[in-house]
Amino acid sequence: MTNTATLSLALTLALTTPALAGPDPESLADGLQTDEWQAVLEAAEGQTVYWNAWGGSTTTNAFIDWVASRVKEDYGVTLEHVKLSDTADAVSRVLSEQQAGQNEGGAVDMIWINGPNFASMKGQDLLFGPFAEALPNWQYVDVENKDVQTDFTLPVEGYEAPWAMAQVVFIYDEARVPEPPKSMPALLDWAKANPRRFTFPQPPDFLGSTFLKQALIDLNGDDPALSKPVEEADYEAATAALWTFIEDLTPNLWRQGRAYPQTGPRQLQLIADGEVDIAISFSPGEASTAIANNELPPTARTYVLDGGTLGNASFVAIPYNSSAKSGAMVVADFLMSPEAQARAQDPAVLGYGTVLSMDKLPEESRATFDALDLGPATLSPAELGTAQPEPHPSWTTRLTEEWVKKHGVTE
Amino acid sequence: MSLPRYTLPALTVALLTLPVGLGLFFTLAPALGYMAAPGGPAPFSRLMDWPGIGPATRLSLTTGFAATALSLAITALIAAGWQGTRAFALLHRLLSPLLSVPHAAAAFGLAFLIAPSGWIARALSPWLTGWDRPPDWLIVQDSAGLALIAGLTAKEVPFLLLMLLAARSQTRSDAHARVATTLGYPRAIGWLLVAFPTLYAQVRLPVYVVLAYSMSVVDVAMILGPNTPPTLSVQITRWMSDPDLSLRAVAAAGALWQLALVLGALALWRGAEALAARAGTALAMSGHRLPGPNAALRALGLALGLAVALSVLAGLASQAIWSFAGFWGFPDALPDALSLRTWQRHGPMLAPIALTTLLIASLAALLALVLVTGCLEAEARHVFRMGPAGRLILYLPLLIPQIAFLPGLQVLMLTFGLREGLWPVVLSHLTFVLPYTLIALAGPFHAIDPRTFTAAATLGAGPNRRFWRLRLPLLLAPLLTAFAVGFAVSVGQYLPTLLLGGGRVTTLTTEAVALTSGGDRRAIGAYALAQTAAALLPFALALALPRLMFANRRGMRGG
Repeated sequence: MTNTATLSLALTLALTTPALAGPDPESLADGLQTDEWQAVLEAAEGQTVYWNAWGGSTTTNAFIDWVASRVKEDYGVTLEHVKLSDTADAVSRVLSEQQAGQNEGGAVDMIWINGPNFASMKGQDLLFGPFAEALPNWQYVDVENKDVQTDFTLPVEGYEAPWAMAQVVFIYDEARVPEPPKSMPALLDWAKANPRRFTFPQPPDFLGSTFLKQALIDLNGDDPALSKPVEEADYEAATAALWTFIEDLTPNLWRQGRAYPQTGPRQLQLIADGEVDIAISFSPGEASTAIANNELPPTARTYVLDGGTLGNASFVAIPYNSSAKSGAMVVADFLMSPEAQARAQDPAVLGYGTVLSMDKLPEESRATFDALDLGPATLSPAELGTAQPEPHPSWTTRLTEEWVKKHGVTE
Repeated sequence: MSLPRYTLPALTVALLTLPVGLGLFFTLAPALGYMAAPGGPAPFSRLMDWPGIGPATRLSLTTGFAATALSLAITALIAAGWQGTRAFALLHRLLSPLLSVPHAAAAFGLAFLIAPSGWIARALSPWLTGWDRPPDWLIVQDSAGLALIAGLTAKEVPFLLLMLLAARSQTRSDAHARVATTLGYPRAIGWLLVAFPTLYAQVRLPVYVVLAYSMSVVDVAMILGPNTPPTLSVQITRWMSDPDLSLRAVAAAGALWQLALVLGALALWRGAEALAARAGTALAMSGHRLPGPNAALRALGLALGLAVALSVLAGLASQAIWSFAGFWGFPDALPDALSLRTWQRHGPMLAPIALTTLLIASLAALLALVLVTGCLEAEARHVFRMGPAGRLILYLPLLIPQIAFLPGLQVLMLTFGLREGLWPVVLSHLTFVLPYTLIALAGPFHAIDPRTFTAAATLGAGPNRRFWRLRLPLLLAPLLTAFAVGFAVSVGQYLPTLLLGGGRVTTLTTEAVALTSGGDRRAIGAYALAQTAAALLPFALALALPRLMFANRRGMRGG
């Protein structure tokens, strides 16, 4: 393992002066030249990358397993999936290492990360970068139409690389709900007419918090205050309608709101068990994938609200003390490759939205995407519409806290 | 043996106390303001400001007390009513293997059994109940924690029963019970009044372990316990893993509060013991023979014992079916179709993980066996006995909530620049495996007739020869059982593996718990089965090996 040239210098700097200066930003932020990427590839060969990613989904685990076999084949990088039950475990791990002064050779080489966890790590100087926009496959990324350069309104600045697009959809069972309610007021009416047949994952689960945000946006319309920190807004006025809505909805929820499913997948299980009829999901392809895996009835379908739904990107980031930064960059780059993106979008595999722009892709790659059968329950991009941007992360925190206070500890 | 006489006992005591003590210090320091995590002061006032602190505290106390009292009562009723009968032998045979069923697997099986859309409801629907969709009943995750209490009880009854049976050989309880019977007391009443008090004195510490465990358990409470709010220990785990890093100090404060609660509960239990003793004495002095309640108590004991065994076994069976299931919706009693898909998908990943699990468990169980045998032998040669303090040390790692000292242990390791990996995991497992191994081996070790060794000594055999040629072969069956117990304990460890392995050591249990956070019942079923199989394997060996090796010596075959 001999690494050469500027990048090795950058990596050395990154290893020795992490929190203060970060890596040499000049060599990475300006975009890697071909010969520099070559140095990353050489350094990466033989490295083992421990990717800390949520391990609760069988399909995601299988996809990561496939990525591991491919990067081994092409780049000689060994990828190990550290299966977390909560992404924050990895965040606290890196923090513990920083507190203990272990500024190199950390246990976490790469994290699947989003929103509040990213904000937290970036705020504590726990991330390596910027690197994302210097990766070769960045050229195909749809920076114009997809929100991949901000993460919950926080500028990404190259500290994490996008690998999947997510958008809120609602899953319902066609056999039980002929006309799904396509707005939050309609959902409330439906819940009153069909009591105890709807629920959402319990906040602070991210999907539960997403439901609160989605309800807020749907009830208030496009509110510019949401893109700013919550302290700068008239919080009471902005959320009055939301809390009235939740107040009315809760007694009509599954188990009258006295218990909630803890995660998204458990909520899907409730549909399969016949306990609820409608569920929220952050992945447009999830329902099709779940049908293929026998986890949802074949009659499951999805819909979006008439006013549109929230969307965001999933990212991977590299901790400042990662023991295999080059290897992690190679994996991050591979995740953005047309090959990996097309496989992730295949509902038989994952059903995740691609971060790439079809217009930028070479002809044969575009053909692979065109050939995908998106599955019985997946909406077309036109039906999905443009995703609404995520509010500032402080809204997530505040809404979740207030919900927990009002409904999460009341029994 | 050329080691100085106190080497092994000292090493064992260090392994039991150092991780707990140092871990506690480094976990709790942030709560007390040392080494404060970022985010500001007063973690205690933040803890008390959390709106759920009252209900969560109450839940920890009520579920802990209820589960412990219920498990102890069921165990006592089984032993009181049925000891020495064929029904008892059957119950014992049904319950013993449950000891090695990992808690999370048992909890998950129970959840699917009793939920309104669960297996029992499916079996009765719609032909009997008329349900084509499940009723909206709050059964699992109910706010009083009844499902949690049931799940804990199902796992603790086998443990207490084993402890009670082991204690029997060290007391004259059987003889006492016989005397009561000749005095005209019906079987169960006589046993409860006369034999139980002596036995209880022997199993007091295991009962305290059950109480401490039930109050601070995380995985079972996540699966079966309420969530609005959850129990205190679940909330602490959530704080530890919150993206808001300042909450880690609140988690540390919570851990301290949990520790105080456990200690308080132990004191309360101790007080309750005295009250129960007084009531029991009064009843015995009254001379009532109570023939009526006797029959009821016997029936109740048998029913509850069977319910415990069958619920865990049926839960495991349901998980086996899930791992082969195609689509399985309500109210179908069985899946639409069976397939090998889940096993095909997970099989290739399962094999290496199972190997790591077996390797760690073998190392931990073997080390524990060597240390424990060494301690007992040193005790026998130098004629010193563990006093009450020694027994307390033995139970220390089991009495202090894991969540209160393991995170600190991780910080400590990092501070000394130790790498996470296999050995730290093995050593941390050893801390929890040691007590159980010692519990399992101490009884049989002392039960060997000391005149055997005196006879050997008069024939000229030195201490080492007596140890290798007499003690060890005589102890083969108990040694294997103790190994199997230690092995099963190691297989079931979640938090130590996660924290000291740095997430890089994957075992069947870490996989199963990670999968539990998702909802894929098929995958959970496959891993739960693999986990249970791994824990049961050495028990099977422990039964089979002595039979093979001592095919012509009946007395050496053990259990």
